[in-house]
Amino acid sequence: MEHIISVRDLCVHFTVRKKGKTMFSPREKTVVRALDGVSFDIAPGEFVGYIGPNGAGKSTTIKCLSGILTPTGGHIAVLGRVPWEERVRHVADIGVVFGQRTQLWWDLPVEDSFELLRDIYKLDRGEYERTKARLVEAIDIGELLRTPVRQLSLGQRMRCDLVASLLHRPKILFLDEPTIGLDAVSKLNMRGFVKELNEKEGTTVLLTTHDMDDVETLCRRLLLIGHGKKLMDGTVDDLRRMAGTKRVLKATVGEGKVTLPAGAVLTAHEGRRIEVAFDPEALPADKLVLHLASTAGLTDMQVVAAPLDETVAALYRRMAEVEA
Amino acid sequence: MSVYFKLSLAYLRGQMQHLGSFAMSVTRNLISSVGDALRLVLLGVSFGAMGRWTGAQIAVLYGIITISFAVASALGAGLFSFSGVIRRGDFDRVLLRPCGTLTQVLGAKFDLTRFGRLTTGVVGLAWGIARLDTPFGAAQAAMTALCVFSGVLLFLGILMIQGGACFWTIEGMEAFNAITYGGVAMASYPLEVYKGWLRDLFLYVIPLGCLNYLPCAVLFGKTLPYPLFTAYLAPVAGGAYLALGLLVWRAGVRRYRSAGA
Repeated sequence: MEHIISVRDLCVHFTVRKKGKTMFSPREKTVVRALDGVSFDIAPGEFVGYIGPNGAGKSTTIKCLSGILTPTGGHIAVLGRVPWEERVRHVADIGVVFGQRTQLWWDLPVEDSFELLRDIYKLDRGEYERTKARLVEAIDIGELLRTPVRQLSLGQRMRCDLVASLLHRPKILFLDEPTIGLDAVSKLNMRGFVKELNEKEGTTVLLTTHDMDDVETLCRRLLLIGHGKKLMDGTVDDLRRMAGTKRVLKATVGEGKVTLPAGAVLTAHEGRRIEVAFDPEALPADKLVLHLASTAGLTDMQVVAAPLDETVAALYRRMAEVEA
Repeated sequence: MSVYFKLSLAYLRGQMQHLGSFAMSVTRNLISSVGDALRLVLLGVSFGAMGRWTGAQIAVLYGIITISFAVASALGAGLFSFSGVIRRGDFDRVLLRPCGTLTQVLGAKFDLTRFGRLTTGVVGLAWGIARLDTPFGAAQAAMTALCVFSGVLLFLGILMIQGGACFWTIEGMEAFNAITYGGVAMASYPLEVYKGWLRDLFLYVIPLGCLNYLPCAVLFGKTLPYPLFTAYLAPVAGGAYLALGLLVWRAGVRRYRSAGA
């Protein structure tokens, strides 16, 4: 199998009815195009980040891929199956983690939820015990197994949810904002584990997130969508190039007003320290440095890759402007 | 099926974590159904009989319909509260698991508190049978059992329609409670005491009369104002409503998956 996931011209249109002005005036219908012709392929073993601003259509795509939602148009094949046509067999082969919602039974100890999943997925007892033991150790939830889910902290719960989604050893894992609300340590643990799962077990992972550290440390490939359309398919560097602010020059300059050549953007200015964002392809670094040296009295400088957060923020702002 | 039982068991174990509130709802359910039964007994005492029906015969009517509804509502408790599942978006989780949606929704809740109602139903039925002045042998017992079983199917069908309707309305369909709770109260008495459309409603549209009134009339040797075959329609009515319920449910799931509500 060349592609484990194949998406062609995926369209999801919702009809939204707005209430009329009075009770009797006809209700207006507007069609919202949540997804409007998205296509991509994912090969087995890939780790793909699926990013875009709120309302871009990320969750809708995950819902289609996991068989919850039947699209208005287009075609999806996951492991050679159409998710919404063979829901039961399809979902037995995938794992899904929603950061905002638990898959576990609220009032039961974690271990009992796992037992129920064993029954639901009809897993062989021996294999289930082995998988569980391995996951419990790797994600370090041994002490939580007898605790009722409602008593867990968010980070603990997310770890248990991750184990729950992997008990049936899915070939594909969909992670929908798995690090949302987690503290720094929990985030690092979560990333480390998922990375290892992808590298050692070859599990294909599709991750939606707003956390650019997730993206930078995990995703070899990125899909960017906005307004229901695919805007980019490439690497983190491609994303930076697309945003046009690839580098940041951090410098200490002399007193007085700082002027910049065209193509450079002043992003921070505190006392004598400044930060300037620029794209070396449009404005070579030597031109910028020469300009600053001759006009502002450059005393110290350092060029770094632009933080992805800011890059993406700039990109999303531009996308919103295009929309407006 | 085994998944259904495991899910139900898990629900009950969860309930046991909140023993206080569990005990409260058992008590509440018991009190309200004892109230129902008392009203019936009082009527029986003060009027002795209702039309051509003796108190014991009415107790049998009451027993059949009450047991049916108690069992169906214990099994189908997940459907009563299904609007919440839709509203919270928990139905996504149901669709993410490799087993039937109805199995999961029914298994998500097994309402033991309904056993209060079951108890009064069983007591009513046993008391009525013991006091009957017509013979009650194996054939009559089998007929009664068939009526109760058909009643469970019929009420489950109604609950599936009630739950399935949430796929369209999102809101809970409390209107259906008028049919179920109201219907049970109505059908605890021989339908012939009602006049006109009300009686027709529970004979032809929501055929609760097929479960107890019509078969019992024949069982107790009364002349039926309807053709004789109508006394044996209980399984047909139960099967038809169950089938209708399944159809509504399936259409609802299909709608949910194309709207992603």
